[in-house]
Amino acid sequence: MNPEFEHLYQALSKVDGFIYPNEIELSWSILIVLYPFITGLVAGAFILASLERVFNVKSLRPTYVIALLTSFAFLLVATMPLIFHLGQPLRAWEIMMTPHLTSAMAIFGFVYLWYLMIVLLLEIWFDYRYDLVLWARESTGVKKWLYKALALGSDDISPKSVKLDQKLGYIVTVIGIPSAFLLHGYVGFIFGSIKANPWWSTVMMPIIFLFSAMVSGIALVMLLFIIINKVRKQKIDMLCLDTIAKYLFYIIIIDFTMESLDQIHRFYEAEESFEIIQLLISGHLNFTLLVMQVGIGMFLPLTTLGILQFYKPAEKVRQLLYFITGVLVLIGIFFMRWNVVIGGQLFSKSFLGFTSFKLSLIGPEGFLMASIWLIVPFFILAFLLWLFPPWKKTEMEH
Amino acid sequence: MPLHLKRLLLTGVVIVSLFLLLKHALTPDSFGQYGHYRGNSMGEIAALPIHFTGNKSCESCHDTIVTMKNEGYHSDLACEGCHGAGYLHIKNPKTEKLIKPNSREFCGKCHSINPARPEKAITQQNIKDHHPEDKCVKCHNPHQP
Ligand code: HEC
Ligand code: HEC
Ligand code: HEC
Ligand code: HEC
Repeated sequence: MNPEFEHLYQALSKVDGFIYPNEIELSWSILIVLYPFITGLVAGAFILASLERVFNVKSLRPTYVIALLTSFAFLLVATMPLIFHLGQPLRAWEIMMTPHLTSAMAIFGFVYLWYLMIVLLLEIWFDYRYDLVLWARESTGVKKWLYKALALGSDDISPKSVKLDQKLGYIVTVIGIPSAFLLHGYVGFIFGSIKANPWWSTVMMPIIFLFSAMVSGIALVMLLFIIINKVRKQKIDMLCLDTIAKYLFYIIIIDFTMESLDQIHRFYEAEESFEIIQLLISGHLNFTLLVMQVGIGMFLPLTTLGILQFYKPAEKVRQLLYFITGVLVLIGIFFMRWNVVIGGQLFSKSFLGFTSFKLSLIGPEGFLMASIWLIVPFFILAFLLWLFPPWKKTEMEH
Repeated sequence: MPLHLKRLLLTGVVIVSLFLLLKHALTPDSFGQYGHYRGNSMGEIAALPIHFTGNKSCESCHDTIVTMKNEGYHSDLACEGCHGAGYLHIKNPKTEKLIKPNSREFCGKCHSINPARPEKAITQQNIKDHHPEDKCVKCHNPHQP
């Protein structure tokens, strides 16, 4: 058979019920699942850092810099899945050059830049400047010049200017909190504002995205905190770890409440789209929603963390439990994004039929491509940790 | 103001001006003339040669087929929808041949079972089972099926 037709026939075999021709194949696949996932990690990690700085949770001190660098490493790749999803990646910059004010994506470009340049870079810079100057003095060769350039050639570490840095850094963090909310709330808005899609179109979407972002970001930093300490053969600061877990527990409760509220609201309203959504949940999304997102990603961590609030087993056991919980939470949030992005495209806007989705292994929208964009930020983070080791930083009172 | 803050401000100013400069240089000349697109593109697209010439242009030479088609079930279809763009053929019919799409899959493109298409808008046939031994055009005249 002619390959052109073969493709069509294959696509048609996945369809059931009535569906419009342009809905047979999903136009947004795993790369678009990654986009809110990664952006969420950025916002979540940053919010954890600001807990320490702005809300003065002293026991979180050891995670402050790790959280900032994690946020930064992931922010650098946050747009990559989007760009690689484009048929013409080299034209991506055009939305910045000729931005359209009604284009949600163009505005995201600016929200992203604001967050990258004004919030994260500045905060990290103010926090590291003192050490950059010191390191520039101590190191030799390329590293010396790099530190020197990053310190903008200034050698000024008088107590007065360091104090000023601290103050400015604090202001940036304060601006940073609403900015982090804006960044990820905006990603939720992009989905929530698509009024033609009843699975997406809810005002709760930005809020749900925000809280799930915090959940995933905090879980990631908790994991990294354990891993980094293990790799460096350091004793883990259990007070810090318990505190992260405590906040993770609280935020998961809020996130769970928000998401349940949204679903209950949907069930009670039972609009005309309700039937198809019910079929979607009990059919195509059965496994990814009920098992992966709610079961593995919510109930298990919630129960484990809940029990650990009252009953504290030995440190080794707790570390293991926190580690497993962190992994489960990340998997759960990934599937939450999956259920939103993929789920929203599985049913027809006629509410009369379904298409299906099978993830391919290779290809521009395949599993391997997605894995690359999930792994790259960890390499960037490793590089950042090597270049700006938090453990060699001078301890400063915030 | 300490030196490093002065330099930081300067860096900020440099980045923003670089962006504005790039924006100025990379925005096409006629952008925004009529709307959020290149004004010149209107003229450029209008100047492109037309490839599809329409059913009327076939009439002068293939009048029997045109009338035949207009009386049958396929009256709504365009000749070039099946045969491809005819702009070269109408000038040099002897050398520029159009395709004759007589494969079974081709008819199936519109007529095979497809849940995305309402049955009342187009008759559907399971092309795997419906007289699989022959090409569709053996029994159905494509111009008057
Ligand atoms: C100027 C007269 C003329 C016009 C206009 C014309 N054709 Fe033809 N067409 C011919 C001639 C002559 C032949 C026979 C060529 C041959 O067999 O060598 C032909 C052959 C064909 C064939 C058969 C090709 C083959 O491989 O046997 C098709 C299909 C066809 N025309 C379609 C069209 C369509 C569709 C149009 C309208 C867009 C069209 N023609 C307009 C003169 C014309
Ligand atoms: C449904 C698709 C379809 C449409 C619409 C259609 N054709 Fe055809 N046409 C075919 C097929 C298939 C053949 C080949 C028939 C065969 O191989 O026996 C063909 C063959 C021809 C031939 C060659 C006839 C021959 O004896 O070789 C001409 C000329 C032609 N078509 C002209 C036209 C013109 C003019 C129109 C518009 C009025 C038209 N066709 C519309 C499908 C179509
Ligand atoms: C571009 C889409 C298209 C293609 C290609 C096409 N058809 Fe059709 N066909 C139609 C439409 C539209 C009708 C009229 C609506 C209907 O009755 O199904 C139709 C009607 C028919 C009918 C009459 C159905 C009835 O109601 O009795 C037959 C038979 C048929 N086509 C056969 C063919 C064959 C054989 C081919 C391949 C040469 C073919 N068609 C290619 C669109 C197409
Ligand atoms: C051996 C001859 C033969 C071949 C080959 C053949 N058909 Fe038919 N086709 C018929 C006859 C006879 C009928 C009318 C009786 C019937 O419905 O079976 C018919 C009916 C149809 C109808 C109308 C059905 C209806 O419900 O009104 C369509 C559409 C059709 N054929 C499409 C095709 C297509 C597409 C192909 C090629 C894949 C094809 N046919 C191949 C003989 C044939």
